[in-house]
Amino acid sequence: MINPAVIFIIGALFVPFLKGKAKQNWLLIVPAIGLLNLFIMPEGTYWIVNFLDYKIIFGKVDKLSMVFGYIFTIVSFIGALYALRVKDDGQHIAALLYAGSALGVVFAGDMLSLFIFWEIMTIASTYLIWARGTEASYTAGLRYFLVHLFGGLSLLIGIIIHVYQTGSIEFGVIGLNGLGSYFILLGFGVNCVFPIIHAWLPDAYPESTITGTVFLSAFTTKSAVYVLARSFPGTEALIWIGAMMTAFPIFYAVIENNLRRVLSYSLINQVGFMVVGIGIGTELSLNGTVSHAFAHILYKALLFMSMGAVLHQTGKINATDLGGLYKTMPLTALFCIIGAASISGVPFTSGFVTKSMIVSASGHEGIVAVWIVLLFASAGVFHHSGIKIPFFAFFSHDSGIRTKEPPLNMLLAMGIAAFLCIFIGIFPGTLYSILPYPVDYVPYTAGHVVDMLQLLFFSALAFCLLILSGIYPSEIRATNLDTDWFYRKGANVFNWVLKRLTPITAFIVIPLLGGAIISVIMGIY
Amino acid sequence: MEKEHFFDKPKNVKRFLMGFYISLVVLIVVDLFLTLMHLKHPDFSWEKFPSFYGAFGFIACVLLVLAAKHILRKFVKRGEDYYD
Repeated sequence: MINPAVIFIIGALFVPFLKGKAKQNWLLIVPAIGLLNLFIMPEGTYWIVNFLDYKIIFGKVDKLSMVFGYIFTIVSFIGALYALRVKDDGQHIAALLYAGSALGVVFAGDMLSLFIFWEIMTIASTYLIWARGTEASYTAGLRYFLVHLFGGLSLLIGIIIHVYQTGSIEFGVIGLNGLGSYFILLGFGVNCVFPIIHAWLPDAYPESTITGTVFLSAFTTKSAVYVLARSFPGTEALIWIGAMMTAFPIFYAVIENNLRRVLSYSLINQVGFMVVGIGIGTELSLNGTVSHAFAHILYKALLFMSMGAVLHQTGKINATDLGGLYKTMPLTALFCIIGAASISGVPFTSGFVTKSMIVSASGHEGIVAVWIVLLFASAGVFHHSGIKIPFFAFFSHDSGIRTKEPPLNMLLAMGIAAFLCIFIGIFPGTLYSILPYPVDYVPYTAGHVVDMLQLLFFSALAFCLLILSGIYPSEIRATNLDTDWFYRKGANVFNWVLKRLTPITAFIVIPLLGGAIISVIMGIY
Repeated sequence: MEKEHFFDKPKNVKRFLMGFYISLVVLIVVDLFLTLMHLKHPDFSWEKFPSFYGAFGFIACVLLVLAAKHILRKFVKRGEDYYD
């Protein structure tokens, strides 16, 4: 029995020394060993190191951390298989370090090791964006890195205040009480794509490498969901934050042309459901959050893999350039449709048996406004991820592109993910049995199946009629402004000021600005 | 001459749409049956209206698309090289 993070980090160290088939085998063996290792890890608190006066805990193993341990390991296997032919060692190393540090976060029982793994995740994931090697990926990666440094800094400040106040570095339930907890929530919130601080995700993920996006879609946001579920369950603010996250991205997704960016917006929408579940904080809603994270990682990876396959084979990813690919990529189209069905919550796919727990929990608690928003978001996600993605890539008007299926390893990776999406949908008991709380929820009642089918089919009818009548907004090559505008354009203002700053004006401007900022902060507290 | 694919034939598109429309009718009928037999367990009273979910999904998506097209796009759409 070895620490899961250690397996991946040692695995990464060996990559440069292996060649050809041996390296490919190694990339698959590491997550496979990781999975076997998880099976023999008992529940409890172990791998404790004394550091100064504090206890560093590398093994906080309970049901909550185990579910995330399983899914992170499974998706790193699928991602490695998908990326098997990538020649750049750096990407394999970054992916393994990324998975390892995400597992480190999940099993961390103290805030110090959690923070260190948190920062390794930032560095490893930034590499996966930069590795694309384009100008756009370089600048987007830089912005990604800076935003996450800000989040990490906020987390560190929060941890220091929290430790100072409580005298303990143990990582458990924190709850919103006092300055430290606000900083911690903000730090977690950056990775969890809270509204306004969300723009790094649709900015950077579509610019990452084809294979890197698969890992990115899994670890950063879902490890943030894990830490929130661990430390802020039942925090009411999260209900409203999550509800906003489910709603606003779907409007962007409708008008977005880059299909990987559409998926990025729908990722925020799905994480929103999980955040709502954490905010409600009942056993049903927390089970919903955890199981939805599990299902979501698989279908989101599947969707990003299918769009990655399209980009890999055609070099194009904009809806305006694609269409008719079902003729030459039928298997990829099928896998994409399975992923699209799962994210939409079609009965007998994974989304149906997990998301509905969160929606039901909001209904049982009588939170009417949230229940309506979640239902609206369910219809909306079907509209843009369920229909728009497969329709514009594989059907719609024939773009004239004639290509072929991606290499076998990519098809296999998609096949495994697609199989799991359907397996969970048909046999939810397996997933339910590893959830943190006992599951007293029956997804397959006649009423629930018919309700969900009605919601989806009539959403599809709306899409159909809007397309046939020509009202549906035609895809346009455009940039859609998001909150990253403030720092992308704000940086220009900053540069403009710097260039004009003479020593004399600096002496006047800087104290004035500093004074203004300090008085604002003093005004708030 | 390239092989003709499934949706190249207008007849197949028509058949596909026909099947889809029929399934909508079936869903309305089944839902009505379940509602009348009290086989549903709603949390809220409005869920008891027959085909509430279908109506909600349809209206939600139409509003979503119209709002995105006519409101959001007006505010946020810029040229493709806006940030360059």
